[in-house]
Amino acid sequence: MGKERDQSERTPGRIEIRITGFGGQGVVLAGHIIGCACAIHADKQATLIQSFGPEARGSACSATLAVSDGEIFYPYIRRNDIFVAMSSEGYEKYHHELRDDGMLIYEQDLVHPTFKPGQKAAGVPSTRIAESLGRAIVQNIVMVGFFAGVTRLVPEEAMREAVLGSVPAGTEELNLKAFSAGLDYARREITTPTLDLKRPPAEGVPA
Amino acid sequence: MKADPAGVLTGAHYLDGDFACGEGAMAAGCRFVAGYPITPSTEVVERISRRFPTMGGTFIQMEDELASMAAVVGGSWTGTKSMTVTSGPGFSLMMENIGLAAMMETPCVVVNVQRGGPSTGLPTMVGQADMMQARWGSHGDYEVIALSPQSPQEAFDLTVEAFNLSEIYRVPVMFMMDECVGHMTERVVIPEADEIEVVPRRLTEQSKEEFLPYRLNGHLVPEFARAGDGYRFHTTGLTHDERGYPLMSADCQEACVHRLVDKIRGAGDDLTHIEEDGTDDAEVVVISYGITARVARMAITMARERGVPTGSVRLIVVWPFPERVITELAGRVAGFVVPELNYGQISLEVERLAAGRCPVWHVGHGGGTVHDPEAILEKILEAAKVAA
Repeated sequence: MGKERDQSERTPGRIEIRITGFGGQGVVLAGHIIGCACAIHADKQATLIQSFGPEARGSACSATLAVSDGEIFYPYIRRNDIFVAMSSEGYEKYHHELRDDGMLIYEQDLVHPTFKPGQKAAGVPSTRIAESLGRAIVQNIVMVGFFAGVTRLVPEEAMREAVLGSVPAGTEELNLKAFSAGLDYARREITTPTLDLKRPPAEGVPA
Repeated sequence: MKADPAGVLTGAHYLDGDFACGEGAMAAGCRFVAGYPITPSTEVVERISRRFPTMGGTFIQMEDELASMAAVVGGSWTGTKSMTVTSGPGFSLMMENIGLAAMMETPCVVVNVQRGGPSTGLPTMVGQADMMQARWGSHGDYEVIALSPQSPQEAFDLTVEAFNLSEIYRVPVMFMMDECVGHMTERVVIPEADEIEVVPRRLTEQSKEEFLPYRLNGHLVPEFARAGDGYRFHTTGLTHDERGYPLMSADCQEACVHRLVDKIRGAGDDLTHIEEDGTDDAEVVVISYGITARVARMAITMARERGVPTGSVRLIVVWPFPERVITELAGRVAGFVVPELNYGQISLEVERLAAGRCPVWHVGHGGGTVHDPEAILEKILEAAKVAA
């Protein structure tokens, strides 16, 4: 992408999200669930793009979402409003993209962020929570639950439906537990206000 | 006729373009797919191979792309709607048998999820540089139809259209997706089966005694008899007469090959499928297709906000080219801007039709990512400035 774009421009009603982690953590599935919750179980549009490359096996991989109340033409994100970091490498690679007033959501045992004034931040020990449920593999679903609680992007029920519809048959119960655990952690630990999704439109920005 | 419900996954789904393309094929009635999976098209056949057993379809993973395309030609001649799926490197290998399909007038669909080329290029990243290959890739004179979807929803809708067009015109239809659309996930609404119009194979009603495979019956496209139904059956890649037998003469060549070209070129507006926006009073018109059309949309919005009346023509059927529309616009606009993920393919076709009456600004990019909307905006503003 080009060098001289004005990154301060923001499209009203549009939220840009990046989710990153290492290959195997379920980054893309987490993105799929959030997108599905918005586009199928709630009244929004959501375009999911996964970074897809040889590098996505084991090292930093990521998925991006453009979520909007209206039609999404430009499907890519430029500066994200919400940055979900599940690994330190992913955090290092992408944290500069987060808007100055954006929100960082991170795996607090794996990511040690540099906090910036103006940015909101919420950490969760999602791997430890998943392990306490018996399977570390559901770490991403814990994170999705935490995301739901912190951002309130769509109603919880929409997110829960999307989890149910996206996980392998036979694992629903475990995954729902993981989702609830993440959600509960957000409710219990996070008292800061949620991301303001209804910012006033910036001037001269395409709708 | 209406779609067979067995192949239609009615409902709202969160699907990527590849999966949606696979669903479109199954909804259209495709029941035979042969392919050699390749990134970024693999998910199309993953989807189909998982779902085909529920509807009596057959997927064969072939030894290579040459064999895949050959199998598709054979599959289609049994009367089964047939498709193959690939990306650039495989598309190159399929060219010989795509020519065979064109010469034998075999309805089939070839999906190319375009990645950056040439050669193995950028396996996991976007490109749009196979557009001319889709049209001219095999040797000799023939015409094909090519479509380009801009979203997963269109990957579904237009795959159905691709099958329908291949049946109507008996040509291989090139489904020119790109990696971005293929790997992008969005809401895809699949209608009820009885809301999906599908074109069945036009089987001959003539008797076995009178039927000849390439005799015309009031239509530029001959009637079809399935292999194995007991009809006189001969078809070949050699120049052939109406019996389907080789006949090496200039007269036969004229009759045989000219018709392959005429049946598409003569279709005119029937094969024009574009989306026009704001072209009535436009000073500059952006012509785009596939993922680039979505990126261009942002540039067009920005240009309008800067006071430049900017129109858009989105090519949905790319080949045959909407010549009448572009020729007509060339007479009244100040310039065309053509962004595409290559160094000049569709822009050349636009230049040909503009024929010097207005300038054509190509916004090229070798692929790997999409354009910066600002790069397209810059050309729109430049085109408007030159006009002023």
